[in-house]
Amino acid sequence: MKNSEILTCFQCGTCTGSCPSGRYTSLNVRRIIKDSIKKDISDQPDLWMCTTCYNCQERCPRGIKVTDAILSLRAEAVKKGRILPAHRAVCKFLIEMGHAVPIDDIHISIREKIGLSEPETVRKYPKALKDVKTLLSSTGFNELIKE
Amino acid sequence: MKELSLFLGCVIPNRYPGIEKATRLVLDRLGIKWSELKEASCCPAPGIFRSFDKITWLALASRNLVLGEEKNTDLLTICNGCFSSLMDANNILKKDIVLRNEVNAHLKKIHKEFRGTIEVRHIIEFLYKDIGTEMLDRLVEKPLELKVAVHYGCHLLKPTKDRKLGGAECPLFFDELVEATGAESVPYEGKTSCCGAGGGVRSAMLETSLMMTEYKLLRMKKAGIDCIVEACPFCHLQYDGGQVELAKAGKIFNIPVVHYSQLLGLAFGYTPEEVGLHLNVIRNLEFESKIAQIQKKGITIK
Repeated sequence: MKNSEILTCFQCGTCTGSCPSGRYTSLNVRRIIKDSIKKDISDQPDLWMCTTCYNCQERCPRGIKVTDAILSLRAEAVKKGRILPAHRAVCKFLIEMGHAVPIDDIHISIREKIGLSEPETVRKYPKALKDVKTLLSSTGFNELIKE
Repeated sequence: MKELSLFLGCVIPNRYPGIEKATRLVLDRLGIKWSELKEASCCPAPGIFRSFDKITWLALASRNLVLGEEKNTDLLTICNGCFSSLMDANNILKKDIVLRNEVNAHLKKIHKEFRGTIEVRHIIEFLYKDIGTEMLDRLVEKPLELKVAVHYGCHLLKPTKDRKLGGAECPLFFDELVEATGAESVPYEGKTSCCGAGGGVRSAMLETSLMMTEYKLLRMKKAGIDCIVEACPFCHLQYDGGQVELAKAGKIFNIPVVHYSQLLGLAFGYTPEEVGLHLNVIRNLEFESKIAQIQKKGITIK
């Protein structure tokens, strides 16, 4: 990854020691940063174990934007088609319904029971949903997540 | 200050509408001028969409921001994820003219333009800064004698240089808001640690996300609490739904999960049902009878 900031990393491991996911998983932020300088790591599943909690970025003594770097590495992986099936499904919800977590019949009826009508979101307004679809197509997102 | 448009996001209206109802009730009780942000989409969720493609994330977020600009209102979020996406996108597009031009070229296709004229607020920092704990304390009708584990959630606080709400290691403002309701914020180990849901981890790696949730729940339980109070529906979902998923593996916690809007609603005298507590998956009868006892007391002289 072309990121001169990352070259200032002196491998102290504060990022790894602060990582709530790394406590349980193979995610080793220090190693990701080190490896990203010299090789393509877009096929590493660990990249997707980060909850983006920003502990590493907050605590980095070099002030490296570590979490932002992980986001950039993920974007590189996505460009190469490395998308987890569950994430692809969420993307499809966004494209079809304008929401990552769309409403369902159960929750429409729960809303009615507590005196709430249909949410005033994009789902209720067809023209607005069309605008969202136009945007997602314009930025190339539809193509990006195609199988 | 501008009037506020309530930005609902996805999880609150579509999974935990009780939080939406509680928010409406407390905003009205506080006499805040607000209206719905109609036609809004997903913020879009920072975990997946920001990771996938920055321009798509900015374009969709900017459309939501422009809906607020067209009404000349600030956006009020009740979710840390929405706050994070919308605030970060707003800041980036206000500062970076190259990115703004690129995003506006996409927005032009739907006859919109980002101008950078509004701010993005989160209900917690809004109540703390613009209403204040003293005013809340005066409005409380039913002081809630509860022991509470406060969970800030990562994106309310971090990145600290963008949030400008102080440090992330030992924040206090949310605890002060909780204590304004009469509850006691109980210290516990790992308080500022992540619930485990974010970054697309819950959706793609449920077991991994639950390990982080269990870490938190164990420490909250040890502190001896009546409930968890958070300010983000995704943390809410992770703690509430996560306890059901953990129970399948024999790990029983049964800790009620309460969004701050709901807690404030209870302190204002609304019933648990009015603030949608019964819509949680985790029901704790002991907690419910404790709330009923508090509510029965009538207006309590503090």
